[in-house]
Amino acid sequence: MSIYGFRIPPVFSLLIWIAIWEVAGQLELAFILPPFSAVLAQLVILVQRADFQAAALLTFQSFAIGMAIAILLGVVIGFLMGTNKIANSVLGMWVNIFASAPLSSLVPVLMLLFGLGQTTIVVTVVLFSTWIIALDTYAGVRHISPSLSEMGRCFGASRWQLISKVLFWAALPEILAGIRMGLIRAVKGIVIGQLLVSVVALGRLFRTFSDNFQFEEFWALTIILFIFALVFSSAIGWLEHKVEYYASTRA
Amino acid sequence: MASAAAAPAYKGTTETSKDNIVEVRNISKTYGTDIHALDAINLAFPTGQMTTLLGPSGCGKTTLLKIIAGLLEPSDGQVFVHGRPVTGPGPERAFVFQDFALLPWATVLRNVGFGLELTKHPKSEREEKARHYINEVGLAGFEDKYPHELSGGMRQRVGLARAMAVDADVLLMDEPFSAVDEQTRRKFQEDLLHLLSVERKTVIFVTHSIEEAVYVSDQIVLLSPRPGRIHATIRPDISRDISPDDIRRNKTYLDTVEEIWTDLRKYLD
Repeated sequence: MSIYGFRIPPVFSLLIWIAIWEVAGQLELAFILPPFSAVLAQLVILVQRADFQAAALLTFQSFAIGMAIAILLGVVIGFLMGTNKIANSVLGMWVNIFASAPLSSLVPVLMLLFGLGQTTIVVTVVLFSTWIIALDTYAGVRHISPSLSEMGRCFGASRWQLISKVLFWAALPEILAGIRMGLIRAVKGIVIGQLLVSVVALGRLFRTFSDNFQFEEFWALTIILFIFALVFSSAIGWLEHKVEYYASTRA
Repeated sequence: MASAAAAPAYKGTTETSKDNIVEVRNISKTYGTDIHALDAINLAFPTGQMTTLLGPSGCGKTTLLKIIAGLLEPSDGQVFVHGRPVTGPGPERAFVFQDFALLPWATVLRNVGFGLELTKHPKSEREEKARHYINEVGLAGFEDKYPHELSGGMRQRVGLARAMAVDADVLLMDEPFSAVDEQTRRKFQEDLLHLLSVERKTVIFVTHSIEEAVYVSDQIVLLSPRPGRIHATIRPDISRDISPDDIRRNKTYLDTVEEIWTDLRKYLD
């Protein structure tokens, strides 16, 4: 963006929105919108509260476990689909359905199945992110130039060597892209899921704040979640950038 | 074969007395029901010599090479290496790929040693061997570079060094210079000939360049397209003792190129 030839950094538009928020808050236009400065002050208090820290830790833990399972599952499914015609015809349809289905409607069902605990959060994360990781891995495996696997076979690679020393690395850029998308979906899943479940961890806090009209706390929590998603996504983005150089050189 | 016999630049067309390291017997390859890529190919590849498979696109020369490599299964017939039938890739054959097929995430050193890595040679041994062949192909100093930092010609030198490092008896080269620019290509051909005179390998070389075939080969197999059949086998009578520049000006060299061209041009219409 540029105005009269001046380049405006992207952060600037964020600052404008924050300013509008602050003014609207100060004018007390809507009771759900406290001034930004008040939210910020609340954020500082919030992160020091024991109940927040416990909830955040539980959510983060569940999230990490769920992502680990989703990555493992997604990469394995993607590889099976990419290297085996039968697996592709059996799994392909389901993966595509799950990747595009409105999964949030399933969360209440999960709650019934797995109860109101950490398991539900883990399963939600897995359910939201596995499929996109599988699809991207599949695309990555299909993208590998056939001569690279011919090369492996020519020089005596076993099936496992071919996968672990050639194909996995060749598909890595797509796998990382899939993980990043899966991560974003998982954060969505956790927010939606926990708002619906709203009895465990951060979800309970969300519910408590909105039920008691504690909108300063509510917005502070939202901002924390946004930052959390952003940090994770940029971390994966950085990894992706590290392997990008060879993604573009694969002919 | 009749055309070959009539041509003055062609020497004897059949040489069965030589010790043949690779033999192709009655190989046919069909894709699906209607695409007939190769039809009853019989060929012998003498030990320590360079044989070129030459022909227009669609004559099945790469298919034949991949069958010899064990990467493709023939529809009919058998390939013998050292008298044993081929059932898949084997350590006595190494492949040089048209698109180099290097690992983009690995350094030159690891790429060259990759064949040895797959056969579980200890790290010190494979690095020592890799360094030796990196040196041989003229890439000393580039050990820690990545493929994307190299030019096309240098990348193919890495591919060649990798094939050399596994110490196979037979080198299979699939249009190795086609993705390389003309100047680099000439230099590369000369270096290859020099290297082969030191290493004593049997080479099976696929190309669509007539000049390249005549320049590098002891034996040229002309394939006709659809279905791929052997049209003629030619042994250019050019001494390898004269300098590269003299070969390119040599009368026999030029005549052979011309005769193959007249021979092949009828397939182009």
